[in-house]
Amino acid sequence: MKGELKVKAIEKGTVIDHIKAENLFKIISIIEIENIDTQIFIGSNLDSKKYGKKAIIKIADRFPSMDDINKIALIDSNAVINIIRDFKVVEKKKVELPETITTYFKCINPHCITNNENVETKFKVINKDGNVNLKCYYCDKITGHNNLVIKR
Amino acid sequence: MNRKSLISIMDYSKEDIFKILDLAEEFQNNPKQRLLENFVIASLFFEPSTRTRLSFESAIQKLGGKVVGFSEAANSSVAKGESLKDTILTVSNYSDLIIMRHPIEGSARYASEISSTPIINAGDGANQHPTQCLLDLYSIRKTQGSLENLNIFLVGDLKYGRTVHSLLMAMSDFNPSFNFVSPQQLRLPQEYKDFLNEKEIEYYEHDKLDENIKYADIIYVTRVQKERFSDPVEYEKVKNAYVLKNKMLEETKDNLRILHPLPRVNEIDIDVDANPKAYYFKQAENGVYVRMALICHILGVK
Repeated sequence: MKGELKVKAIEKGTVIDHIKAENLFKIISIIEIENIDTQIFIGSNLDSKKYGKKAIIKIADRFPSMDDINKIALIDSNAVINIIRDFKVVEKKKVELPETITTYFKCINPHCITNNENVETKFKVINKDGNVNLKCYYCDKITGHNNLVIKR
Repeated sequence: MNRKSLISIMDYSKEDIFKILDLAEEFQNNPKQRLLENFVIASLFFEPSTRTRLSFESAIQKLGGKVVGFSEAANSSVAKGESLKDTILTVSNYSDLIIMRHPIEGSARYASEISSTPIINAGDGANQHPTQCLLDLYSIRKTQGSLENLNIFLVGDLKYGRTVHSLLMAMSDFNPSFNFVSPQQLRLPQEYKDFLNEKEIEYYEHDKLDENIKYADIIYVTRVQKERFSDPVEYEKVKNAYVLKNKMLEETKDNLRILHPLPRVNEIDIDVDANPKAYYFKQAENGVYVRMALICHILGVK
């Protein structure tokens, strides 16, 4: 083990690493961390050569499906998922943008049905010049990268 | 039986569209066919739109169908606080087809997900109005003989005008060239330019209506609304640059036709009305045949 760990190691589970510090709380929200009942360790504003400040989330004993995890790519496409067994990284993968996303984000259009009746949002994910935009399945309006708001 | 809702013009293939246009032609030649005698069609207008509603209801009644529904939300259970979902679920039990107009964008798409009967979107806020697009296509084909290789001038509010956006998307399969004439503030949004670039469709942008219209096959005029300008002085400065007058049509092509989704305010001078190139009132009449065709297509009776 190199150096001293700032966030406690887990024996087995999932580590979401290389999160830009500013994206941490959005990611906590989108993965619905409050529904996870095992130990969770979160570190933020850790030094990172790449970003200046990074964040990390360690979830013990849980191995969510990549479908669940990939929605993180909508917030932070550089996040890396480490699968831990016996305190070792046995698998490392980058999050990948899903083609569609339901529920999590709000449509930017105040006149959209999803903002006026009890209707879940549904978007097509559009990756344009490295920026993630969401096209509403109902009103066709594009919610830009800078306007992503989590709908809870 | 075809149970395909029409929410956006992009839902229908080229084949669907041609089938409807052919059928509309047939109804225009022979409108007295009692094809809908055994059908009840719901006409749900959550916001008033007299022109569109009468066009639909006229189409249904010419074919012997029955209409149930309401012409504004105040006359319906919506006024008691009923959700759109409940209204649609209830009405789909009473009818074979639902025609709906609603101020909220995406409402028709949502209704089509939950309804057991097909939905025709008669306008969902600023979003889609596909039957307007069908009747525009019908009018273009009728007057030009084909939809292929046309030079189309779109004039007026190209930013918010949903008819312009649908027409542009629908025509993109037929090798058109476009000329966009609008004030700076109301230019075509970038997403549509991206779409045209992707499809390698030729287009030009102009600040005013000028002698370029002598190359046009179709001039499609829309209203430049005062409300779209944050500064009323800006509106006053530009408004006259987009008014089509009869004397401007002197050098234009013989096959040129002028279209407008109506209502018109002053963007086409009334001196154009008598010109044989003015087609906008005929265009509105075509709407009835197109709606007859669409309803029969969806209900599978023709």
